[in-house]
Amino acid sequence: MAETMVKAPDVEVSFMDEVCSIPGGEAIHSCIQCGMCTGSCPTANKWDYPPRKAIAMVRAGLREELLSSNSMWFCASCYTCTVRCPRDIKPADIMHALEILAIRSGLSTKRSRTPVMYKCFVESAKGNGRVYELGMMLKLFTRTNPFSALKMAPVGLGLFLHKRLPLRPNRIKGVGELKAILNEAKALGGAK
Amino acid sequence: MKYYSYFPGCSSEATASPLGLSVLPVAKELDMDLAELEDWNCCGSTPFGSVDKLAAACMAARNLALAEKTGLDLVTPCSNCFVVLHSANTQLKELPRLKEQVDKALAVAKLKYSGGVRVRHLAEVLYTDITPEGIGAKVTKPLKGLKVAPYYGCQLVRPDGFDDPESPHSLDELVASLGAEAVSWELKARCCGSSLVMSEPDVALELINKLLRNAQENGAQCLVTPCPLCHINLDVYQSQVNSKFKTKYNLPVLFITQLIGVALGIPADALALSRNIVSPMRVLAPYL
Repeated sequence: MAETMVKAPDVEVSFMDEVCSIPGGEAIHSCIQCGMCTGSCPTANKWDYPPRKAIAMVRAGLREELLSSNSMWFCASCYTCTVRCPRDIKPADIMHALEILAIRSGLSTKRSRTPVMYKCFVESAKGNGRVYELGMMLKLFTRTNPFSALKMAPVGLGLFLHKRLPLRPNRIKGVGELKAILNEAKALGGAK
Repeated sequence: MKYYSYFPGCSSEATASPLGLSVLPVAKELDMDLAELEDWNCCGSTPFGSVDKLAAACMAARNLALAEKTGLDLVTPCSNCFVVLHSANTQLKELPRLKEQVDKALAVAKLKYSGGVRVRHLAEVLYTDITPEGIGAKVTKPLKGLKVAPYYGCQLVRPDGFDDPESPHSLDELVASLGAEAVSWELKARCCGSSLVMSEPDVALELINKLLRNAQENGAQCLVTPCPLCHINLDVYQSQVNSKFKTKYNLPVLFITQLIGVALGIPADALALSRNIVSPMRVLAPYL
């Protein structure tokens, strides 16, 4: 008998709570599913689940399906959805919250290179205090598809010849201090 | 003389060096004292906010804490740095829990931020403090006859910009103050794809193509933008657009400071015009 009982949908509550626990995620409660975000998004046609649907999936508790999708990784942070949303829920911030959860849970997709690019960027900025663009690009290509670097070689060469691609990173004096701040942040367990 | 604390942003030292280099002589000519923030760090940019919110807030907060000591407004020429620093500043005021954690992390480096900094975009400062009239009064080489498409991109005007988020006009006015003609075009505040150009080039190239086509169809001889990411996409990737879509764009893309500099009579070298990939020399020759 016990096996056939319908279990209370704890999962739904916890995925919503997870999203709401990240600054910017909590406004999701106000969504009226009008679709303004999807209609305004310049890349929506590439998303597995466009913004309106992604928000509906958070509410429905479809955690793994959404977090492993390519959806939020196509958000270019243009904020058109955010200025048009009639409920002021800032859909772009919700997409950023979903990105954090996807990385944290190890579910982030390999079908988009954006998660790896973001990680390369973060490592570069942490290591030097400033982003070293050439190093970040090379790391991205190495970790994803080294052959795609060939396609991008003319772009890199053009930048280099126009003195826009320094070969050395620019390291700040307070790099140790910055690392100490970020280590403390890590010890505090991330934004709640 | 007007005094500001200046946050160049990482791009201004590398892929957007024509911006970083042209800001300085233009500011000098316009009586702006931009004192570079001592030992600033990366603002955190979009990637940090998509990987770890607290780390992102700390990246921004170290800069805000350093800027607070100067007592000046913190001005950046980069639209992404502006959005990131501005929204972190707002969140630290509105989210006490986040502020408490950031305070603890900053304390490790004996830093403290009390929320007293005003984060501003250089284009907004040029528009509000220096004003189109003020700039116009200093023009020595009016850009008469030059048709310029002002490209706002996204993060200068959204989500917390100073202008209309979808139909902005400030850059149009700045362009007009230089004697040039600001071309009216529909996509002036639509997205260029930003950093997706690296991770999802096909998506970004499609957006860039739409922008270049719309600007060209409306008679633009060049585009002008304040944003490093927009500039990379429109200028550096223009040849990629041409090969992918069999187009023949040859549209120079100038940073707003470069265009202002030309009208103020600042030499081409000082404005790093030779660092633009699509050479602007052809359209600017009559004014140099």
